[in-house]
Amino acid sequence: MITKNGSLPDQPPPTNSIGVIGWLRRNLFASVLNTLLTFLALYIIYLGIVPAVNWVFVNSDWVGDSRDACSSGGACWVFIAARINLFMYGFYPEEGYWRINLAFAILVLLLVLLNIRQVPRRGWIAAFTLIGYPIIAFYLFYGGAFGLTVVDTHNWGGLSLTLILSGVGIVASLPIGVVLALGRNSQMPIVKAASIVFIEFWRGVPLITVLFMSSVMLPLFLPEGTSFDKLLRAMIGIVLFESAYMAEVVRGGLAAIPRGQYEAAKALGLNYWKSMTLIILPQALKLVIPGIVNTFIALFKDTTLVLIIGLFDLLTTIEAGFKHVSWLGFAVEGYVFAALIYWIFCFSMSRYSQNLERKLHTGHAR
Amino acid sequence: MKKIYALTSAVALAATFSVTVHAGATLDAVKSRGHVQCGTNTGVPGFATPDDKGNWSGIDVDVCRAVAAALFGDAGKIQITPLTAKERFTALQSGEIDILSRNTTWTLTRDTSLGLNFAGVNYYDGQGFMVKKSLGVASAKELDGASFCIQAGTTTELNLTDYFRSNNMAYTPITFDTSAETAAAFDAGRCDALTSDQSQLYALRIQLKNPEGAVVLPEIISKEPLGPVVRQGDDEWFNIVRWSLYAMLNAEELGVTSANVDEMAANSKDPNVLRLLGKEGIKGSGMGLNDNWAHNIIKQVGNYAESFERNVGQGSPLKIARGLNALWNKGGIQYAPPIR
Repeated sequence: MITKNGSLPDQPPPTNSIGVIGWLRRNLFASVLNTLLTFLALYIIYLGIVPAVNWVFVNSDWVGDSRDACSSGGACWVFIAARINLFMYGFYPEEGYWRINLAFAILVLLLVLLNIRQVPRRGWIAAFTLIGYPIIAFYLFYGGAFGLTVVDTHNWGGLSLTLILSGVGIVASLPIGVVLALGRNSQMPIVKAASIVFIEFWRGVPLITVLFMSSVMLPLFLPEGTSFDKLLRAMIGIVLFESAYMAEVVRGGLAAIPRGQYEAAKALGLNYWKSMTLIILPQALKLVIPGIVNTFIALFKDTTLVLIIGLFDLLTTIEAGFKHVSWLGFAVEGYVFAALIYWIFCFSMSRYSQNLERKLHTGHAR
Repeated sequence: MKKIYALTSAVALAATFSVTVHAGATLDAVKSRGHVQCGTNTGVPGFATPDDKGNWSGIDVDVCRAVAAALFGDAGKIQITPLTAKERFTALQSGEIDILSRNTTWTLTRDTSLGLNFAGVNYYDGQGFMVKKSLGVASAKELDGASFCIQAGTTTELNLTDYFRSNNMAYTPITFDTSAETAAAFDAGRCDALTSDQSQLYALRIQLKNPEGAVVLPEIISKEPLGPVVRQGDDEWFNIVRWSLYAMLNAEELGVTSANVDEMAANSKDPNVLRLLGKEGIKGSGMGLNDNWAHNIIKQVGNYAESFERNVGQGSPLKIARGLNALWNKGGIQYAPPIR
């Protein structure tokens, strides 16, 4: 507003157009229809949320040790509490729980160290995580050395088995996938053909088929009496299957690198492996982090398919739980618990990948 | 596709032949290993499930425990391999397990074409009906015109059709994909009756909102004899498994229980009991077992009645009536040849 003394200072906007109230007015109550829709949506949310909250928290039972403790009509978390050791460790002997805990604690420690920039020699830590740690973890889980008793793989189960299966799958499928992707882009006809055949074969069959083959067909081809560990068979199946997917993800990254980069590497006089490891792969892998993590998350959830070959991963252990006569019918609690665990792991992986993308961001993303 | 079928059948055939070659090897292998490897279900209420501590129990598991008790004098010397329906026979054929005790129905096909033998029947199951009490029905014959909740694509559906056709009755099927859905639909009142194997009906009944409001009808419309399976051609092992089961049945018939077995062995005058407990007669020598093999079974696992009641009967939440599984002299058909 102009007066004879010049401009008045700007007035603050009216209180009903800023802050929470302003946001509400603009977005939720802008018109009559808008207001009606807001109330309708709130009502629908209310209808869904209230029973869920009641079931999960208000009417639920948390303490006790048998189904008699579950009388309030809501969720019976007693079921989960009573069998939590089984869900986490499977049939692992109770006196050996510390071994599993220690193995995963070391892994967490290594991962934390790898993510703190100030830690010196992170390259060595990374190398140890990939090469030294699996050996330590194997001896902790399986035993047979350093005075640890042997715990046969048929005793492994629960969440720890899920993590072992997916951990091995993740660690092994990425390097195999990279090699296959390079092979598929190779100039050498045999390497190229072999890579294509491998990738297309494993990508063309469902994981269930692979697992069935490993558990039903393979033992028939082996001489009788040689029982090849069931878990190992499943693991190999999962790794081969996932590396084919990984190869295609990495190939996508390789294809996105401009031709100039390859030519520049050649012009510098770098040989094939140097140009790949120093120039092409660092860029290509960075580009496909979302794709790689996507495959990892899918792999993590795919491990539940081992239930069709009778391996007791987290989901199978939970299912066996509500089939026990003392806990018959607590399927919903079991599945909700399984969903929660899977969600926590998958969500953390997804957040980690976003964090990684930000950290490695060098202005390539548009 | 034809090629794949050919390959599969070739593999199945090869498996059949390869397993019949070996004889007597199982007992040696089990003895040197020190435990019995046993294939069970991954979880069927009362038949085989892990408890809160991860120990397997159930009427199927008890068969394995009995064999371990007979062999080693320790029912705990078993290793359970949970198996799904599709891999169960392969696991046995390939030698991964020694006994398959996984509520498997004894049929001609399975007995003759898989290179396997059924060692006996530890549970006579069959398809039955469950109805709401409020319906006021006492027999399946009164179910003309009723609607049925059925799990799609199972033999249950075929048996039901056959039964109603042969009795000139009509019914309305309402099919579902899983047994849980079927039970939920029955609970919600979408059908008058639910049909499944009788042992499963009791497990489903517990999961209803009001278990007391439903009743399992006495009729059984199909034969599902469930029993332990072993590889064909190893008669020594077959005998041990078969007679471990028979020892439990004989013990029930003679009134020997886990509680009184020590006392009976010391004081009984009944020659049948003395023969069972290895005081007289052939003892265990015919099978290469210790004289007190049956004593160990009864002491550690119990007789058949104890195993039944503990796992699926009155001592468990399932509360399945003995029915066909009662002894032959008590109205059932469980009958074991005498031990002498």
